[in-house]
Amino acid sequence: MTSQELWSLALGRLDVDALDFLKAFYAPSENDDILSGAAWVVILGAVTVVALLTIFRAWRPLFRDWLTSVDHKKIGVMYIVLAMVMLVRGVLEGVVMRAQQADGLTGGFLSANHFGQLFSTHGTIMVLFMAMPFLTGLINIVVPLQIGARDVSFPMLNSVSLGFTTAGAALIMISLVIGEFSTGGWTAYPPYTGRVFQPGVGPDYWLWAVILSGVGSTLTGINFVVTIYKERAPGMGFMQMPMFTWTALCTAIMMIFAMPAVTVSSAMLVLDRYLGFHFFTNDLGGNMMNYANIFWLFGHPEVYILVLPAFGVYSEVASTFSGKRLYGYGSLVAATMVIALLSFTVWLHHFFTMGQSADVNAAFGIATMLIGVPTGVKIYDWMATLFRGRIRFTVPVIYLLAFMMLFVLGGLTGILLANPAVDFQVHNTLFLVAHFHNMLIPGVLFGLFAGYTYWFPKIFGFRLNEVWGRIAAFNWIAGFMLAFFPLYVVGAMGMTRRTMAYAEPAFQIWFHIAGVGAALLTAGLASLCVQLWVSIRNREQTRDIGGDPWDGRTLEWATPSPVPEYNFAVIPRVHSREAFASAKAAGAGYPEPASYADIDLPGPTWTGLVMAIFGTTLGFGLIWYMWWLAALSFAVIAVTLIGRAIRGDRHPRVIPAAEVAAEHRAWLARIRALPAAPRTQERSPANRGMAAPEYRDLRP
Amino acid sequence: MSDPAPQSNDDGYRRGLRGYLSGFLIAALLTAVPFWAVATGRLSAVATIAVIAGCGIVQFGVHLRYFLHVDLSPGKRDELHLILFSLLLLIIMVAGTIWIMVNLNLRMLVMPGGDM
Repeated sequence: MTSQELWSLALGRLDVDALDFLKAFYAPSENDDILSGAAWVVILGAVTVVALLTIFRAWRPLFRDWLTSVDHKKIGVMYIVLAMVMLVRGVLEGVVMRAQQADGLTGGFLSANHFGQLFSTHGTIMVLFMAMPFLTGLINIVVPLQIGARDVSFPMLNSVSLGFTTAGAALIMISLVIGEFSTGGWTAYPPYTGRVFQPGVGPDYWLWAVILSGVGSTLTGINFVVTIYKERAPGMGFMQMPMFTWTALCTAIMMIFAMPAVTVSSAMLVLDRYLGFHFFTNDLGGNMMNYANIFWLFGHPEVYILVLPAFGVYSEVASTFSGKRLYGYGSLVAATMVIALLSFTVWLHHFFTMGQSADVNAAFGIATMLIGVPTGVKIYDWMATLFRGRIRFTVPVIYLLAFMMLFVLGGLTGILLANPAVDFQVHNTLFLVAHFHNMLIPGVLFGLFAGYTYWFPKIFGFRLNEVWGRIAAFNWIAGFMLAFFPLYVVGAMGMTRRTMAYAEPAFQIWFHIAGVGAALLTAGLASLCVQLWVSIRNREQTRDIGGDPWDGRTLEWATPSPVPEYNFAVIPRVHSREAFASAKAAGAGYPEPASYADIDLPGPTWTGLVMAIFGTTLGFGLIWYMWWLAALSFAVIAVTLIGRAIRGDRHPRVIPAAEVAAEHRAWLARIRALPAAPRTQERSPANRGMAAPEYRDLRP
Repeated sequence: MSDPAPQSNDDGYRRGLRGYLSGFLIAALLTAVPFWAVATGRLSAVATIAVIAGCGIVQFGVHLRYFLHVDLSPGKRDELHLILFSLLLLIIMVAGTIWIMVNLNLRMLVMPGGDM
């Protein structure tokens, strides 16, 4: 056996040329400096994290309290940490692209291949590895608390879902250091991503990252449908569920049906690339149009999977911070369900120009316009909730107001695009890019930030800094408008998307404005980091002892902050829709239970961590043709899952009733001694998490 | 599986066993009939396909009723709703895909000079 053969047996197609972080040294150019610089940022970031963990002796607590934990709140926090890391990369990539296009009249500073990788990773990360983990994290943290449950139905499965999602994200990060990413955009349309046009590792990174995280999201969907159906507190019917839980339910159902579509289309493309199948090739009967069809069977529901939980956050924020019950609960529930269903009937509007007849286009165009109706209903419901409320202008409310105005604008451009005749004119232009950023940034991202600010004290026991929160919010809002409104203009003028340079001088000024917007967005990102730092430093001033810093209306605010592992000392009995608000109004917000019982909790498990590590190595082995690594990783995953299924939970824990009683009584004693804060002092240190009674449900 | 009516363990076990056994027999029969139709070739091609499809659809119901314990009783309403919703989505996806792909195919065929 020659050394060449030995090399390829051990390392597949990996060689020194694939190491991006060396490129700046042997081929220095502006483009390669950026490429290597990004790789070095990832490497140094990883090294710094490892060093910090070692210095602070945090490895053991990290494993014991977090990575092996099945507590839904901790899993939720880990999802959001993952999302924040990916958000940093996604935003910075967006900024590099804005800079390139601002300089695009003279050709810019990036190579076309590098620009292609940038827009592909940016889209993939923002949708699948930023927004999805972020909303999954919020759902994980909030839903069991809102429905009065101890945990999700399948805590171990929850940890496995996180493991698979992390493995997908890890592959994307590795692609920055070793090898390259796909240049086929986040949709990865073949035949361009097929073996003939991109034989390298790029599309394989995309495929395995998407397949791994897709499996994780499908399992999350199943977990939350079962949890919401089976684990609700006694007395909580479907029409007593908080609005966020409703949107989480619809999102979870959509995940179950939409995620398999992308897993299947990716698996078919894998067969094309690895085993010479011809599902989507140009020759031998392949039909790449069916890829677009199957992909968007997932892709369109996906955007509503993203936006529905954000709608849920906005509903909670609107009613809490205006001190009123949510207006039109029934219509909001109905609108959520109608959106969930209709979102499965409009996928063709992503490929109006593919060549089907006008009849088909018309049918899907009408369905697309219809989906604007339930969304409009929701906007009116939120306006009516705010109407004559005593609104407090906290950070979540600022995001809510920006969302209501900007999202309507984006929705109107969506109605324009729903008309196939108009779509033919602006298809594949920056007009479309402006439209979906207009939906996803104010719609999804602002909602996620609002939820992050709103529920942060519940998990960590102190509020986030208000001043830096506002600075971040205004930077995000202004930055979004400056960065994306100009794209409507150049898009309507005919500038195609995914184009790194242009020859039309009239475009340039608009891209300069968009560049300023990108700078503000970076400032927004930095402000979020500063906010976290300042909030942790000043945490004693914003301590949330009572657990109810916002005069909340739903069950999660009836628990201590941070929430104990078992959530509720005694599972509450629910009598009305906004259970905690009506209990507080009746003066029974913090009842002393008659008796306590032992609480059974699932034990920690290594299963999720094994999935994360060996899911990553499985993907890495398959991408680089290291078959031994792939086979080994697959065997470890299979043995772990089957072994766990046979042996079950070997470390279940019981928290004795006496311990629960002691903790709960101590908390009740603490909050009775707390001075109740009126809403005028909500943002001052006087707010210790105990809300003074206010006029409730004062209606004309 | 939880049985709503209170009963002795032994009684419940026998009832459960009877349910699973009858489900198994019906399912086996519904599998055997299409095999018979294909293996013997007694029926015309169209009739064979119809028999396979028909048996397949009944098979769905048998699995739901005897193995997943979903029926029309009020206690199973939630499960039934979810299954019906799944069915609706599957119909939308499959019918939509067939409509779109057949339409595209037809428009490819009428291209002058094209040899598909």
